[in-house]
Amino acid sequence: MVEADSRAVLGEDIAEFIDECRKDEHPRGLLIAVLHKVQAKFGFLDGPHLDAVAQLLRVPAADVSGVASFYHYFRLKPRGKYMIHICMGTACFVKGADLVAAKLKDELGITFGETSPDGMFSLEGTRCIGTCGLAPVMMIDENVHAEVTPDKIPVILEEYLQKARAEKE
Amino acid sequence: MKTVASQVSKQFNALSERAQKHLKSLGHPQSVVIQVGSATCENAAGSREVRSEFQKHIAASGRDDIILRQTGCTGRCSREPIVSVFKPGQVPIKYELVNRELVHEIFTQHVLAGEPLLDKVLDGPMTHMYRYELLYCASERCGWNETKSCGDALREKIAAKGLGKETLRVDQASCFGACGVEQIGKCSHILVRPDKVLYRIRSEADIDTIIDEHILGGQIVDKLVVPGKTVGRKFMELYGDVSFFNRQSRVAMRHNGVIDPTSMEEYFRYRGFHALATVLEKGDPNWVIEQITEAKLRGRGGGGFSTGAKWTMGANSAKGVRYLVCNADEGDPGAFMDRSMLESDPLNVVEGMIIGAYAIGATQGYVYIRAEYPLAIERIKHAIQLCREWGLLGKDILGSGFDFELDIRLGAGAFVCGEETALIHSIEGERGQPRFRPPYPTESGIWGRPTVINNVETFANITAILNYGADWFGQIGTEVSGGTKVFALAGKVLHTGLVEVPMGTTLHDVVMEIGGGAAGKKKLKAIQTGGSAGGFIPAKWLDTKIDFDTLNKAGSIMGSGGMIVLDEDDCMVDIAKFFLVFSQEESCGKCTPCREGTTRMLEILNKITEGRGTEEDIERLERLAKLAQKASLCGLGKTAPNPVLSTLEHFREEFIAHVIEKRCPAKKCTALIHYVIDEEKCIGCTACARNCPVNCIAGQRKQLHVIDQEHCIKCGRCFEVCRFEAVIKE
Repeated sequence: MVEADSRAVLGEDIAEFIDECRKDEHPRGLLIAVLHKVQAKFGFLDGPHLDAVAQLLRVPAADVSGVASFYHYFRLKPRGKYMIHICMGTACFVKGADLVAAKLKDELGITFGETSPDGMFSLEGTRCIGTCGLAPVMMIDENVHAEVTPDKIPVILEEYLQKARAEKE
Repeated sequence: MKTVASQVSKQFNALSERAQKHLKSLGHPQSVVIQVGSATCENAAGSREVRSEFQKHIAASGRDDIILRQTGCTGRCSREPIVSVFKPGQVPIKYELVNRELVHEIFTQHVLAGEPLLDKVLDGPMTHMYRYELLYCASERCGWNETKSCGDALREKIAAKGLGKETLRVDQASCFGACGVEQIGKCSHILVRPDKVLYRIRSEADIDTIIDEHILGGQIVDKLVVPGKTVGRKFMELYGDVSFFNRQSRVAMRHNGVIDPTSMEEYFRYRGFHALATVLEKGDPNWVIEQITEAKLRGRGGGGFSTGAKWTMGANSAKGVRYLVCNADEGDPGAFMDRSMLESDPLNVVEGMIIGAYAIGATQGYVYIRAEYPLAIERIKHAIQLCREWGLLGKDILGSGFDFELDIRLGAGAFVCGEETALIHSIEGERGQPRFRPPYPTESGIWGRPTVINNVETFANITAILNYGADWFGQIGTEVSGGTKVFALAGKVLHTGLVEVPMGTTLHDVVMEIGGGAAGKKKLKAIQTGGSAGGFIPAKWLDTKIDFDTLNKAGSIMGSGGMIVLDEDDCMVDIAKFFLVFSQEESCGKCTPCREGTTRMLEILNKITEGRGTEEDIERLERLAKLAQKASLCGLGKTAPNPVLSTLEHFREEFIAHVIEKRCPAKKCTALIHYVIDEEKCIGCTACARNCPVNCIAGQRKQLHVIDQEHCIKCGRCFEVCRFEAVIKE
């Protein structure tokens, strides 16, 4: 019964993936892979998700939440429609990423780890995304925006808002 | 034994034929090939659009002899998107900064009409097309019997013969690795492109012969061609067109920007899996370890530990299950060579891993890769899939009886997982916290079994060593450290990108010659190497030769190869603080010296940059840094104080200026600067007043404006918007 509930929380696709993982010699080693899948589907890791993963993968719930909270990549709060990662690596920093980050915070009225009130954007400072040659860079979902300056921020944000509006219509 | 060898060679030949057949079916030899880069950085620069634009043009032209291909990245980030055009009988041309309009020009003028756009080529403009390019070796260890340098002699002779720019171009390369031990200092080498012929010269007379017979006569001078097949000649024959552009020596990155990273067939064309076949035919894991040891390959992840020694330990460990891991958790801020190699040449990394697994007797391997690199993950997944399909992974590889499986494990954004014991915990599905060593992973790693962990770049070098000879590889580089190192050059430098040079090359060569020096005519201040675990090398020490040991002596480390150039506008205290913020956030919290040490050091640095610091704070900072260095559990904590200690050593005067004069010499620390308006220059345009977010600038139109220092929040907006340089930072 509990297992059926957990399957319902995660959906059959992920439940089946976990079934596959359990066939591995060391299922525990696939915990991070499972959490990646859950986050990719739901956008973040909610409490019930973590409990369901613990139940289905047969790993103590405390361990699951310990792992989920340890790694920066996992989000425990809902995210906005678009995920903004601004690179705070060295190359970006010396080329003014701090100014771009300040502008983003200003425009969106939020700080790192938060989501804008309209639910459109979540903002994260991230470790180097390895495009130092084009610094400073930011990633919105999987699109890399190169050589961003504070002036470009409102234009870029507007692009995504328009895209969202177009999708609605 | 013999039957295994013949079985391996039979299966390998069958795969080679399959690859050749496929390549032949792609088009006739007279085709024009257009190659467009495709990697995270290339895509960000707009290469996807360039690609689709070429597709449209090809379709519209109705030509079936024009082929569009994708390749990875050449590592010339600031010049991307890069497009290469290969026309039969013509020197290959690479274009830089290609956009939609330029695609049209390239297609109509070069591809269709045969007239290259000389002003748009990479590192251009070119004034002429030339028939030949002569690259001479200018390596530290190169020398010959004549008094004049090889380069000078070559230039003089060309001038004397009156050969013009249309005929040839001369440039220097850093090392061909073509000298055997007995030849060092007795001869030099010249590579002739596009013929890809490598000559060994001992006297000026040899140069005359090459010019007369090859350049003017069009005949290859057989007696001067580097003899034998082992000392890198094969390497030059295959890569002579690409490996030495921009004065680099490309070994680990030899395929980057050359082959299609998603094609097994293309990889075969560049001797793909040749090294693996050789190894399996020999059937002796010890032979592999001997080769790697002889090549003097040292771990490229930063530690600089001998790869041969590590593999020996792995091979001698407890019998039973052993693991091999490729550490692709490239987290050092400012390093991106691993991403580039995984995106541009994933099969080479996989082949290196299979060979490593054979050498140490591992049956299961993992690629531990950061989740922040979606394209690299996709490419390495694809490469593994291809290898399974082609029988190069799985059971009984190439009929040798050797089994090896390779899987991907994703990181999840924890820098500390680059540390090997933390990485092992992460692969086991635990929090990525390090543990005390010993036991070392080669004894007890994943699930208590022996585990060998190497970096991406280390694996990328394996195939080169086995294909072109350990002695060849060992000759590139220094006495104790063979081969090349890839650096990610970024920050305030003119040409950002990936640079691969022999170990022992000077910082000057990398930053000034290849990187073009500081951008925007600013003064170079320091070079940061080794990321958050590294240190700063002041500009006056540019002659430092880059190697694991020399950088340590200079108070920094090689690290994974991040190299950030800082100019006069950078405040060293601020940069030290930046690295500490990083280390403090990434500290896993397990041991006190690192967790508390980084936090307290950061507090002191904050105090200093905010103008509240005292001289005692500097002393306290230094003591704390040394303590954390000594007492921390793992590499992260031990090295986190390095940026602080090295700035204190080389730029102490900047700290003093912050605490005593309350002044930031680079004018970077907001709390220590203020903005004023120059009476002479202000014309009263009101731009600053209109843009000031707190309305603290007063002044009428066409009259002098004044900033109210009390209310100014020092946001710098007025400084940015003033077009008359009337706002001054003090």
